[in-house]
Amino acid sequence: MAHAADAHGHDHHDHKPGFVARWLFSTNHKDIGTLYIIFSLIAAIVGIGLSLLMRIELMTPGMQIFADGQMWNAYVSAHGLIMVFFVIMPALIGGFGNWFVPIMIGAPDMAFPRLNNISFWLLVPAFALLGGSLFVGGGPGAGWTIYPPLSDAEYQSGPAMDMALFALHLAGASSILGAANFITTIFNMRAPGMTLHKMPLFVWSMLVTAFLLLLAVPVLGGAITMLITDRNFGTAFFDPAGGGDPVLFQHLFWFFGHPEVYIMILPAFGIVSHVVSTFSRKPVFGYLGMAYAMVAIGVVGFVVWAHHMFTSGISVDTRAYFMAATMVIAVPTGVKIFSWIATMWGGSMRFDTPMLFAIGFIFLFTVGGVTGVVLANAGITQILHNTYYVVAHFHYVLSLGAVFGIYAGIYYWIGKMSGRQYPEKLGQIHFWMTFVGVNLTFFPMHFLGNQGMPRRYPDYPDALAGWNLVASIGSYISVASFVFFFFVLWATFRRGTVAVSNPWGDGATTLEWQVSSPPPFHTFDELPRIR
Amino acid sequence: MPQRLDRQALAKRNRRMLGGAFGVVFGMVGLAYASVPLYDLFCKVTGYGGTPMLGQAAPGAASEAEVTVRFNAATQPGLPWRFAAQQPAIRVRLGEEALAFYTARNTAEAPATGISTYNVTPEVVGRYFHKVACFCFEEQTLTPGQSVDMPIAFWVDPRIAEDPVTRDIRTITVSYTFFRSLNDAERSGALANAGAHVGRATR
Repeated sequence: MAHAADAHGHDHHDHKPGFVARWLFSTNHKDIGTLYIIFSLIAAIVGIGLSLLMRIELMTPGMQIFADGQMWNAYVSAHGLIMVFFVIMPALIGGFGNWFVPIMIGAPDMAFPRLNNISFWLLVPAFALLGGSLFVGGGPGAGWTIYPPLSDAEYQSGPAMDMALFALHLAGASSILGAANFITTIFNMRAPGMTLHKMPLFVWSMLVTAFLLLLAVPVLGGAITMLITDRNFGTAFFDPAGGGDPVLFQHLFWFFGHPEVYIMILPAFGIVSHVVSTFSRKPVFGYLGMAYAMVAIGVVGFVVWAHHMFTSGISVDTRAYFMAATMVIAVPTGVKIFSWIATMWGGSMRFDTPMLFAIGFIFLFTVGGVTGVVLANAGITQILHNTYYVVAHFHYVLSLGAVFGIYAGIYYWIGKMSGRQYPEKLGQIHFWMTFVGVNLTFFPMHFLGNQGMPRRYPDYPDALAGWNLVASIGSYISVASFVFFFFVLWATFRRGTVAVSNPWGDGATTLEWQVSSPPPFHTFDELPRIR
Repeated sequence: MPQRLDRQALAKRNRRMLGGAFGVVFGMVGLAYASVPLYDLFCKVTGYGGTPMLGQAAPGAASEAEVTVRFNAATQPGLPWRFAAQQPAIRVRLGEEALAFYTARNTAEAPATGISTYNVTPEVVGRYFHKVACFCFEEQTLTPGQSVDMPIAFWVDPRIAEDPVTRDIRTITVSYTFFRSLNDAERSGALANAGAHVGRATR
């Protein structure tokens, strides 16, 4: 009763602006978070659609629906870039980050609300440029890693590649502005008593992520600017004929690219920590260890980049260093995995949908982590480099890891964000469909990789047909589960039960569960005091 | 109004932090660009990637120990030159200066400008391989039919026999690759072209 009266009291002076002012010129962190999540879902339809086309092509040997290799390369590139920059990052960082970082630290909003608005609206033209590039000339067919010389004017002569590069520039600017905003918010806007060592783990994960973005994305910006001038203005940063070095691009790209994979997974770590703790009704085991494990992953993540380049001709000593440094990352990651398990240990567990996705995350991320340790071996990578084993590895940590983190977050917080709780039964069906689908898609790829099937080809020898067929069937189940997810969303908004402030009970202790569902337009006009 | 003052102080602190964040961003962009000359310098100093040392005089033969130095030549298809080593290999005593020659001939009807990159393999011997004089990375223009000899004077540091990483190495390969210089390629309309097999299939 007290809650209801409280929420009602808020509502009275809770005047929202009109539609255009609220959604187009939005400066409210919750509205911008909602925009990010909607954007990410739309981008996911495109990105998953592309992957469906790819699996249809690969279902049987021979060319089915793709005209040629360039078209295939363009679709592969667009799929990768869309998933990384326009699905996972907007959902985890822009979406959940914007929604819950200010609430969890007891701040009224982000430090720079207008900057926040620019961050979001930069993504829209970026996505349009990348999507449009598919329809210009031959498309940007250089893979998401855009290595020269393949991405040079020589091999990608049309404007499509330039469009994709500008899209990356805009998406990068958006991420950098967002990261600066998060860092300022987390350092300066915490409520009285909310010390760094009392911050919820999701906020910690966003803090580390923001630092990684701030340090890594400008390097990508520099590298693709050099690529653009190489393509259009006659410089030769990566052209040996002019004294440049194509391997330099690989170094710059992966100096960004490796932290980038942690940028995508750390926020999911944060979400999973909250979910596991909530549904085990226990505080997170080893809170400080969990927080500093993320810091350690972030720091070490900057000195391992050349493990993506084991076959680019770097010396054996260099490979030995990067191999050892890479394996070191398994230590803080193991700290996190074991702490989640220890959090569940002896807890009074409930297996609601968010918890299913969180446990699924832990299991599948561990599978991807183990194949990561395999691939970290410079010797083994001589064989496995650019095979489907690598594809299986990074889809296990991203497509199954990060995406399960996103789903866990959506089911965990959808009642808080929308005021409507999802139908539990439908959520569970969605989980099992997704779990079966993605495993059927990606697990056979380990076998294909071990049999020597290379990445980035639209065709393969007949000997590889069996597991490719299985993977394609798995991908159809995955796509069906994605469609079903929209049905769950529809059912939630249409006939979901009205969410109370805290639908999860004692386990949910962070500040967002103390405000109404959905929270008032302006949360924390008076700052809460944290004990 | 203390509340108002607080807000102003917070806004000021926020702006300062944002400035710092943008400083980091510009620093990292700068570092990305600085990596180009820094990478070059790093290779020159450490011999990384098989980059030979430059400009030191040979100390003279210290022992009877010898290595075989092989000479490799490569030419970018866009450059109309015949470029080859005059001798496939020579044996040289450690510490002793040796001289070898490459030959380049312009086979085209027009002048062509080439520019070369080079390294030595195994890459670990870069720090022990000294070049005294060479045609390293200088543009050379050859008139039609012109042929030039390109000398390379070098010596191998005797310390190569002491370093556990390199003491088993008996053969060093010197490799030169000539490219058409970008300016010349542009002038002559011979900018590299990927050819029909790249890009969308035409039918």
